[in-house]
Amino acid sequence: MSYFNGAKLSRLLAVFRRNALQAIPTVLGIVVLNFLLLEWVPGNAADVVAAESGGATAESLAQLQHHFGLDLSLGERLSNYLSHLVRFDLGMSARHNLPVTTLILDRLGNTLLLMGSALLLATLTGVVLGVLMSLYAGRWQDKLISVLVLLLYSTPTFWLGLMAIVLFAVTLGWLPTSGSHTIGAGLSGWDAVADKARHLLLPMLTTAGLYLAVFSRLTRAAMLEVSKQDFVRTARSKGLSPAVITVRHVLRNALIPVTTLIGMHFGALLGGATVIETVFNWPGLGSLVLESILARDYPVLLGILFCSSLLVIVVNMAVDLLQATLDPRIQVR
Amino acid sequence: MCQNTHISAPARDPGRRRAAWGGFLRDPAALAGLAILLFAVLVALFAPMLFPGDPQDMVGPALAWPGQDAAFLLGTDSLGRDVAAGLAHGARVSLSVGAVAAVISLTIGILVGAISGYYGGWVDDVLVRFTELVQTVPTFLFVIVIVTIGQPSVWLILLAIGSACWPVTARLVRAEFRTLRESEFVLAARSQGFGNAWVIFREILPNALPPVIVTTSVLVATAILMESALSFLGLGDPNAVSWGSMIGEGREMLRTAWYLSAVPGVAIVLTVLALNLVGDAINDAFNPRLAARA
Repeated sequence: MSYFNGAKLSRLLAVFRRNALQAIPTVLGIVVLNFLLLEWVPGNAADVVAAESGGATAESLAQLQHHFGLDLSLGERLSNYLSHLVRFDLGMSARHNLPVTTLILDRLGNTLLLMGSALLLATLTGVVLGVLMSLYAGRWQDKLISVLVLLLYSTPTFWLGLMAIVLFAVTLGWLPTSGSHTIGAGLSGWDAVADKARHLLLPMLTTAGLYLAVFSRLTRAAMLEVSKQDFVRTARSKGLSPAVITVRHVLRNALIPVTTLIGMHFGALLGGATVIETVFNWPGLGSLVLESILARDYPVLLGILFCSSLLVIVVNMAVDLLQATLDPRIQVR
Repeated sequence: MCQNTHISAPARDPGRRRAAWGGFLRDPAALAGLAILLFAVLVALFAPMLFPGDPQDMVGPALAWPGQDAAFLLGTDSLGRDVAAGLAHGARVSLSVGAVAAVISLTIGILVGAISGYYGGWVDDVLVRFTELVQTVPTFLFVIVIVTIGQPSVWLILLAIGSACWPVTARLVRAEFRTLRESEFVLAARSQGFGNAWVIFREILPNALPPVIVTTSVLVATAILMESALSFLGLGDPNAVSWGSMIGEGREMLRTAWYLSAVPGVAIVLTVLALNLVGDAINDAFNPRLAARA
């Protein structure tokens, strides 16, 4: 029987459909929240343009406000905003003189690269460490790894990044201190990839550190919880080897809360990107957040908030589908 | 998950509860954590007496390394400000923000979770959707946006962090309430004529609190880390010295005077570590089944 048979696919489709339906009110909520925040930020588009041109009379300010549609009623402003949104128009950045959507798409790739690689590393290492800790539970190996993991869990990521820069970049000189590529080197092809990888290493390891701690603690707890269940005792009495039991039976079930946690932490990951990218000058969405705050470029800031929220919804949907694949007991009622 | 019923049982049995606290107090890790926290709180409380004056006053030679000058054991920064004074006064900001933000978070979370779990129906649906909405928006970005909208001050940061971190508590409380509202003691109270408010706050809530208490220390730790990240980015209160702002200012001197960023960071690590140790110990005390295996 093939692994992906018809019944499994239809079950996954049902899960996907349920997720999509449940996501709609959340997306609407985020849209409304974004609109309200846009109303509340100090300084609207007219103020920014007036400030950039060095001042404005009351009449020209009123004219600017009319031009930007700021003198319309709340309802009309909301419908304006919604009609822009369906055309993927998130407004204009006064600072860069570019559409917000363009700016975000420009920087999105770098952030996804950093976050994705960090998450992958953290998940793999965290799960392995968690399995090790659960296998040696209560003995000195468990306690030692637990202490190190707890230290990592308690360290602010930005401080870890700064100390990593001091150690690896300043003192030892092994890795570059900041940026995503060596400026002016004019590299191409594999050289460029290697250069980017060298710049990616420190920020990726720093970001992965915290989530490694989170995942290893959770995997350890989940493995211990699952290994006490009846089906594990059955597997052992069937004579299966410990390795097979640990991986194919215990781990596979313990991974479900781990995948839930990945979904839950993705939002925190995007938020943490702001700090990490600032520390390492990594040109992604996170550093764009701080730049836009300093430049009072609020449409960009809120555009990033909006896109990050959408990204969290997408990731949660993907995690749900992954869990439905892992656990055949998950059904849509 | 399925832990709810197990968590409720130890709390209602005074004998087991006393045994749990006894185990907690004998755990060396928990005691170490409590000791560190006590030290931090004392330093924060007595900071004006230990280091009188404004921590932002220039009092010594610039860029003295720790131990180089006997009067400034932790060194001075580029403007000659005492690092130790900054640490002590910064402790007040960081710890108070952590504690108050956690309290705000707990209050909102408990209210939302209790109402949602007790009443059910459309109230539950609306509140669950609202909780999901707040949980979807990346927390740190949300806090940054709120702080950006208003004037950056310690109070706004408190409110911002508190308003962003409550969903986890709300979900926990809701799950507990959904289980407990079918209990016999609730039925007994209602048949005696007690109103809904009494049943929620005097009957169910005391029994629903154990998992919330377990997550409190993690909540405080998260709030402290978030406040330090905000101050590091320069979005904190410009008049207040906090550990995060010290790290942020030390970043400019990272190549030569990296101790300026290292020392406040160690303070944060120790405080958050202490909170996590205490939280783990409380968790073990309230969930003896999991602790027994380890």
